[in-house]
Amino acid sequence: MDLFEYQGKSLYQDYDISHPKSSLVKDPKELQELKGLSYPVVVKAQVQVGGRGKAGGIKVANNPDELIELGNQIYGMDIKGHKVEVLLIEEASEILEEYYLSFTLDRSAKKYLMMLSAKGGMDIEQVAKDNPKDLVKLHISPSEGLDKKDLDKSIIEANLNQKYKNELSEIISKLYELFEEGDCDLVEVNPLAITNEGVMALDSKVALDMNAKFKHENFQILEDEIPIPEEEKFAKEKGLNFIKLEGFVGIIGNGAGLVMSTLDVVAEHGGSASNFLDIGGGAKSETVSAALEVLETDPNVKSVLINIFGGITRCDLVADGIVKATSGKKLKWPIIIRLDGTNSKEGLEILKNNPNDNIFISENMDEAAKLAVESGV
Amino acid sequence: MAILIDENTRVVVQGLTGREGQFHALRNRDYGTNIVAGTRPGKGGENIESIPIFNTVEEAVKEEGANVAMTFVPPAFAKEAVLEAAFAGCELIVCITEGIPAKDEAEMYDIIKKETNSKLLGPNCPGLISPGKSNVGIMPHEITKQGNVGVVSRSGTLTYQAVHELTQLEIGQSTCIGIGGDPVPGMSFIDVLEEYEKDDETSSIVMIGEIGGSAEEEAADFIKNNISKPVVSYIAGVTAPPGKKMGHAGAIVSGNKGTAQAKMDALKDAGVNVVSNPTKIGNAIKKVI
Repeated sequence: MDLFEYQGKSLYQDYDISHPKSSLVKDPKELQELKGLSYPVVVKAQVQVGGRGKAGGIKVANNPDELIELGNQIYGMDIKGHKVEVLLIEEASEILEEYYLSFTLDRSAKKYLMMLSAKGGMDIEQVAKDNPKDLVKLHISPSEGLDKKDLDKSIIEANLNQKYKNELSEIISKLYELFEEGDCDLVEVNPLAITNEGVMALDSKVALDMNAKFKHENFQILEDEIPIPEEEKFAKEKGLNFIKLEGFVGIIGNGAGLVMSTLDVVAEHGGSASNFLDIGGGAKSETVSAALEVLETDPNVKSVLINIFGGITRCDLVADGIVKATSGKKLKWPIIIRLDGTNSKEGLEILKNNPNDNIFISENMDEAAKLAVESGV
Repeated sequence: MAILIDENTRVVVQGLTGREGQFHALRNRDYGTNIVAGTRPGKGGENIESIPIFNTVEEAVKEEGANVAMTFVPPAFAKEAVLEAAFAGCELIVCITEGIPAKDEAEMYDIIKKETNSKLLGPNCPGLISPGKSNVGIMPHEITKQGNVGVVSRSGTLTYQAVHELTQLEIGQSTCIGIGGDPVPGMSFIDVLEEYEKDDETSSIVMIGEIGGSAEEEAADFIKNNISKPVVSYIAGVTAPPGKKMGHAGAIVSGNKGTAQAKMDALKDAGVNVVSNPTKIGNAIKKVI
C-alpha cells in the first residue's frame, strides 16, 4: 500500500529519522492559525502521483499571507485526476547537496537492495539509464541485515560528501530499520539532503506490505486515511478484490491469474472488461451474491461472465450464491456462467434446478467469453 | 519418475488440526498419498483419523520417516514452521499458507538456502501433484491424468485451467506444480524446468506465467540454453491495467521487464510456443507430442 508523503514522514518520526519540521492541513481554514513554523515554508500537495511539482503542487511561502494565498490555491487543485485534500506545510531548509536513497526487494536476487546516488533531487531513472555508475547498488542478505562496513563503502563509492559520512551512515541505517522492521515494500528518499541543519530526509515515498498488518497496529490507521475510489468502496467492504475498468463485460472469477486470463480472452473475442473482480479462494455463497451486487452498481455493464475453476472454492457454493442473488429477479443483463473443478457437477445441478431466462451455462472458458461478448454488444 | 514427489513420498502435515489442513490432508490420503504424520505443538500423542500427531517435525521424521512437509499454519507462524521442517531434514517443504509478510519470506528463503539442503515450494501456492502417485497440496486431483507433460505455473486457478485443457484431450501429466505468485517464492520456474529436463517421464513442458516481476524472462533465458524438450507457454495479463509501480526503485530494478509483451517476446525468442489463450494449451501440446 502506497503511503502519502506525510504518512511516510510520520513513520520517520517513529524511527527518529531527521526530516523538516512541519504541520498538516486538512482544511484551508487551518492555514490562518498555523503557528510555530519559521518562514520560509514549503506548501506541498499530498497526492499519490508523480510530477506534482511541475503541476504547481509545491510552492514556497515567505510569510503568513503568502502561505494563506498559496495554500488556498493548491488545496482542491486537480493533479492528474487526483484532488488535493491534504497539504503538508514544511519549514524550508537551505539545501547544500541532494542525494538519492532507496531500499526495496530485488525479487530475482531474493535479497534486499539499497540504491544510493550523489545525483539526487532529479529524475533518478534517467540517471540509472545514462550514467549507471552514478547509482551504487548494494544487495543485503535478508537474514543478516545491512552490514555497517558495506554501507560505509557504498557511501564512499557513491561519492557522497565525506565530511558528513557519520551522519549519513546513521540516517541511512535508520531508514533501513524502517524498511526492515517496519515491513515496508519500499522506502525511497529523493532527496536525502545535506542542509544547513544537517542531513535530512526531505521527501518520502513509502509502501507498506499489508501482509504484515498483524505485526503493526498503525497499518490500519494509515490505511483508513487513504481514500478509496467511490466505485471500489462497496466491493472493499464486502472483502472483494475489485478494480474498475472501462469496458462492458462484467467479470467475476476466482484467483487473480484466472481473472486476468478471463480479461484477455474477452479481449480476444473483441470485447472489453468493465472490471477485474476476484472472489478469492474458498469463497462462500454470500461472496458471490455480493460480487453480483457490485456489478449492479455499474451502468456500463452490458453482460456478465462468471468464470470459476474450483479448487479450494466449491462450485456448489458459487451456484448457490448466484441463485440467491438472482432468483425471481428480472436481470438487467445476461449472465454467462462457466463452472469447472471442485463440486462443479453439484453446482451445475443447482443452476439447472433454478432456471432464469437470462442465465446461460457454458461448457468452456473460450466459448463463455465469446458468448458474453456477443450478448453484451 | 515424475519430479519432486512420487509414490514413495511420505508427508508430514504442519497444521493438520486446522480446518484447511485436515480437509486437504484427508483428501490427499484418499487419493493414495502417504500422509504419515501431522504436527501441532502440545497435541503430540493424539491422532486425526488415525494419522499420528507429533509435537515437532523432527519426531515425525524420526518416527514415521516423513520426507516432505505440507504447511498450512497461519501467516504469523509460517516462517518458524517452514524453518522447523527444513532443519528437521525434510527434502521438500510445500507451503500453502497465503499472506506471509515479504520480509518473513525473504528471511526464511535466505536461511534455508544457506543452512539446509531443503527445497521450498511456495508460499502461497497450490502445491504439486504427480498424478496417480502423490498429491501434496490443494489441487483438485479429479482434473489430472497420469502422463508425460510437466506443468509449472505461478497462478493457482490457471494451473487447474491448463491441466484441465490437457486432460480433456486425453493428454496426461508427469507432475503439475504451482510455484506461487508471492514476492519471494521458494522454487522458481528455472528450478522446476531443470527438474523436468532431467526427468525421463516428462517429454514436454507447459509453463504458465503472468505479468509482474521478471521470473518469466529469466526462465526464457534458461530455456534457450538448457532445455531440450518442447515448451508451450501462456502469459496472463495482456489486457490487465498497469499495476502500481514500486516508486522509481521498482522501475529501475525491473527495467523493461514485467509486461506481458516483454515476457512473450522473451519466450518466443527462446523457441517457446506461446499461445494467446489458455484454452489453446492442449492443442499446442498435442502438436509437439
